[in-house]
Amino acid sequence: MWEVVLTYIKAFVVGGAICSLAQILINTTKLTAGKILVIFMLGGVFLQAVGLYGYIVDFAGAGATVPISGFGYLLAEGAIKGAQAGLFGAITGGLSSASAGVTAAVVFSFLAALVFKPKSKLN
Amino acid sequence: MNGEVYEYKNTAYLEYVKKVSPKTNESRSIIDAFFVGGLICTIGQFIRFLLNFTFGLYGDELAGTTSVILIFIGCFLTGLGVYDRIGHYAGGGSIVPITGFANSVCSPAMEFSSEGYVYGMAAKMFVVAGPIIVFGVSASVTVGLIYYIAGLFLA
Repeated sequence: MWEVVLTYIKAFVVGGAICSLAQILINTTKLTAGKILVIFMLGGVFLQAVGLYGYIVDFAGAGATVPISGFGYLLAEGAIKGAQAGLFGAITGGLSSASAGVTAAVVFSFLAALVFKPKSKLN
Repeated sequence: MNGEVYEYKNTAYLEYVKKVSPKTNESRSIIDAFFVGGLICTIGQFIRFLLNFTFGLYGDELAGTTSVILIFIGCFLTGLGVYDRIGHYAGGGSIVPITGFANSVCSPAMEFSSEGYVYGMAAKMFVVAGPIIVFGVSASVTVGLIYYIAGLFLA
C-alpha cells in the first residue's frame, strides 16, 4: 500500500519540479510557450542520448513521461534502439516510437476543430 | 522639458512600476506551476495504473496509450475552453505536460478552422507545435546516427 502511494508522490514531485523549472525559465527570460516546449523536448532528447533520462523514468514513472521532456526521451530512445537494428532503424526509430503522441494530437485536434467553436482568449 | 528631467522622470516611473508590480507573483507562479504540473503527472500515473490493471498493458504500449488519453483530455478541455483558464493560472504547469502539447496543437486548429479546413485548420495546426516535431525528429536522427556510427566502430 505504501509503495503505491509512494509512486504517486514521486510522480507528483518530479513532474511538479520539471514544470516549476519551466516556470522559473518563463519568469526570468520571458520565453514563449513554443520555445519552452522545444527547450524541454530537446533536454529530454539530450538526457536520454547520454543515457540519463531512463533512470528518471524508472524512478518517477508518469512524473517523467508526461512532461514534454518525456516526448524527447521517447524520440531518443527509439533512435537508439533502432540504431542497434541498422541504419534504417537509426533514422526511423525516433518518430516511430513517438508516433502515438503525434497521431493522437493530429486526430483529436481535427475532431475538436470540427466539434467545438473557438473560445475567445481570456488574456 | 529638458533631457535630464525627462531621464529622471523615466527612472522614477520605472522604479514606481517595479515597486507596484507584485513581487510575490513570481514565487507564487512557481508554486502554482509545481502543483498543477504535479497534479497532471499524478493523473497520468493513475491512468497508467488503470490501463495496467484493467487491460494488462505494460512497457511502450502502456506509455503510448497513457499519452494518447492525456492528449485526448488536453484537446477536450481546450475545446471546452477550460484549458486556457488553467493555463492562465498555472503557466508552466500547464504548458510542459503532454496536455500542453495537445493544447498547442488543438488551439490554433480550432481558431483557424473558420478560415477553411485546408489553409486554415490543417495548415495552422502546427503553428506552435511544428518546431517541436522539426527539432525533435532532427535531434532523434542525429542521436540515431551517432549511435549507429559508434556501434560500427565498437562492434
